[in-house]
Amino acid sequence: MANELSTNINEITQYIVIRIGEEQYGIDIKYIDNIVRMQQITRVPQVPAHFKGVINLRGEVIPVMSIRVKMGLAPDVESKDTRIIIIKMDQHEPIGMMVDMVKEVVNLSSAEIERVGFDRGDNQNAYASGIGKHETGLITLLDLDAVLAGL
Amino acid sequence: MDVSQYLDIFLDESKEHLQNLNTSVLNLEQDPENPDTISEIFRAAHTLKGMAGTMGYKRMQNLTHDMENVFSEVRDGKLKVNAGMIDVLFRCLDAIEEYVSVISETSDEGDNDNEPIIKELNDILAGKAASGEETKAAAEPAPAEAEAAAPAAAAPAVAWDLTEEEQKALEDAMMANKKLYSVTVTVQESCLLKAARAFLVFKAIEERGEIVAANPSTQDIEDEKFDLEFSLIIASEGELDPILKDIKAVSEIADARGGVFEGESAPEAEAASAPAEEKKEAPEPAKDPGTSVAKVKNEVVKKPEPEASGAKTEKKAGSKPAVNRTVRVDIEKLDSLMNLVSELIIAKNSLVSSATSDTTESSSNLHEQIEYLESVTTNLHESVMKVRMVPIESVVSKFPRMIRDISKQLNKPMELYMSGEETELDRTVVDEIGDPLMHMLRNSADHGLEMPEERIARGKPETGSIFLDAYQDGNNVVIEVRDDGNGIDVERVRQKAIERGVMTEEQAYAAEDSDIINLLFMPSFSTAKQVSDLSGRGVGLDVVKSKIEALSGEVDVKTKLGEGTTFTIRLPLTLAIIQALMVVVGGEKYAIALSGIQTIENISPKDVKTVESKEVINLRGTVIPILRLDEILGCKSQRDPDSDMIVVIAKKGDKLAGLVVDHLIGQQEIVIKSMGKYINKCKFISGATILGDGEVALIIDSNALI
Repeated sequence: MANELSTNINEITQYIVIRIGEEQYGIDIKYIDNIVRMQQITRVPQVPAHFKGVINLRGEVIPVMSIRVKMGLAPDVESKDTRIIIIKMDQHEPIGMMVDMVKEVVNLSSAEIERVGFDRGDNQNAYASGIGKHETGLITLLDLDAVLAGL
Repeated sequence: MDVSQYLDIFLDESKEHLQNLNTSVLNLEQDPENPDTISEIFRAAHTLKGMAGTMGYKRMQNLTHDMENVFSEVRDGKLKVNAGMIDVLFRCLDAIEEYVSVISETSDEGDNDNEPIIKELNDILAGKAASGEETKAAAEPAPAEAEAAAPAAAAPAVAWDLTEEEQKALEDAMMANKKLYSVTVTVQESCLLKAARAFLVFKAIEERGEIVAANPSTQDIEDEKFDLEFSLIIASEGELDPILKDIKAVSEIADARGGVFEGESAPEAEAASAPAEEKKEAPEPAKDPGTSVAKVKNEVVKKPEPEASGAKTEKKAGSKPAVNRTVRVDIEKLDSLMNLVSELIIAKNSLVSSATSDTTESSSNLHEQIEYLESVTTNLHESVMKVRMVPIESVVSKFPRMIRDISKQLNKPMELYMSGEETELDRTVVDEIGDPLMHMLRNSADHGLEMPEERIARGKPETGSIFLDAYQDGNNVVIEVRDDGNGIDVERVRQKAIERGVMTEEQAYAAEDSDIINLLFMPSFSTAKQVSDLSGRGVGLDVVKSKIEALSGEVDVKTKLGEGTTFTIRLPLTLAIIQALMVVVGGEKYAIALSGIQTIENISPKDVKTVESKEVINLRGTVIPILRLDEILGCKSQRDPDSDMIVVIAKKGDKLAGLVVDHLIGQQEIVIKSMGKYINKCKFISGATILGDGEVALIIDSNALI
């Protein structure tokens, strides 16, 4: 009974858990349009380094960015697990984001999310909106607005 | 009857008729006696009235009805056309245009009755406003009175825009022998919950009477959409004073004033009888940005200045139109489309049969079929493109009227000559090109042409000329805006550039004249000595340039001091599909629009010379700079540097440049896709396209490279 009550009060959000390097990140599922396998990316000249280029997604040309380069990590190494996550937010145009691996989908209730103050100056934390505590470990929740605003 | 399905047609046709009327009235001004023009105007006004009536737009119907009446008298020879009448007619057309634009945004005609214009029309009918002088006097209150809708400081002289329900309630109250009071309530400036106070005021009034009308509406008042004042019409059996006392008793109410309400027409009668007084008073509330009532009003009231049209288009861009955009298509174009589609089906069937037949001759047959299919699809593309094409007439036909207005406003006689209105462009381009053209014409009229005295002193005809010429040039459409005015003073622009710190003195004197002139397209670089109503605010040419570039076009200026200026706009015929040359550079595929390519040459590396540290080639007597695409694109050429180079000679106007590529793939029809705003930072990549194998190739804009 008490359990039921608490789930009612706590809003549940679904996150897709991705791996970037050794860390786990979560992206709110409502912003994800599609997840596609790695494909040929056409390089675009004279754009910032975090743009990998453009891909053909069902007849549309979509830019692809590297979240690793954006966070100041080592450049992407393509593997069979590499995926491109297509992100669609209302106020932004669709964009692809290269990630090392897509792990799973988790449900996080607001009680399991800690909105701690981050040192925004730190590159890796500049794009975090909170930390999710899940049985598989800690998940850094990506603040997509912050990621896309800086493009 | 549900007429919403006819809204599109209504809007389309109304715009057409309005345009027609504008042109005809303009003709009438030149030739006031022409019976053809007069009956043409009468017909258009009549149709417009009928359409507005069918659609249930009462206010628009009223206005057009009165206009039609005037023309009917003119047609019967009972009235003579004069300058004052033409002015009123133009204002009337502006008001109708406003209705139409409000309808296209909200599918409702708004609540502006345009009473002053209707009154003027009726005055004309009554023969009162025979001379231009008088009309002017009567015309003044038109904007003033409407703006005075904000509760004027003095008295309850509020212009009431009563809705039908309100009107009815008012009549009912009068029938019931109740007295009508008009009350203006002022809330204290410090008041935090204005809506709550207003609610208490309503409560207090309802004890003694009934609120029949409110300005702003009761809904707006409840939503706190008023500044400090709101006005009410109250129907009561008792006296006014106790009501006012009760209102003032509500806390945080600063004042409540009122008087007996004398009916809707009262303020207007006042305005007409004392136009001078009204004129003096009115601008004040209009200027004061504090009164939200005035602001709300201004939106519906057509402002007299020509900038209003600029503001209007901005508003249009911001809000979502209530209807979809349509293209009217000539039935012949549709027929040819239909024919092509049938051919396409035949081609497909032949392909299917050659694919299923096992005979050895099928392979050569297959080739033939594919060629046939190719020709059909190319024709199909051309036909579909033609369907999207509309003549630029729809945009440029409003310009004569605009130039007339400017000419009157600035007291500068000028004439606009247009040619090539039938030139066709893609609908999307035609929709977008209006504003930049308007800007350039205004620029010519305001800055380009000199005042008449100056012109006479220089031995030029007193009347200035502006030319707008459109013509097709290959895959481009060229639009030229030319004037015979003063031209651009390059030295002054140069000084200005130094003053503004855009260039150092050295740079400025070393720079070519054409580079200096191009500075005019920079944001906030206005050389007008004085800011005028029309232009010179530093927004202008930069907006023109960015708008045209957004349409993948370009602007060019040629000027001669003392003789005039020519602005040349070059636009692609269509935006969506182009013929392109596919090339390979450093292992990557790129497309170059065929329209910008002159020839392709094989050049030996020995023939490349260096002039002023730039690489050039001498091609049959012409020295052409060469650009190594691998360096520009940031990749490494995979070609043996000692072998002959493949140079694509691109042209832009009369300039040439050679683009060095690794390989040629061939000519191909490509569909242009936008790459989105994240990644469009690269100037010379105009878009991307998807190739047959699904790969994305970038499109090189050779014009941006030259």
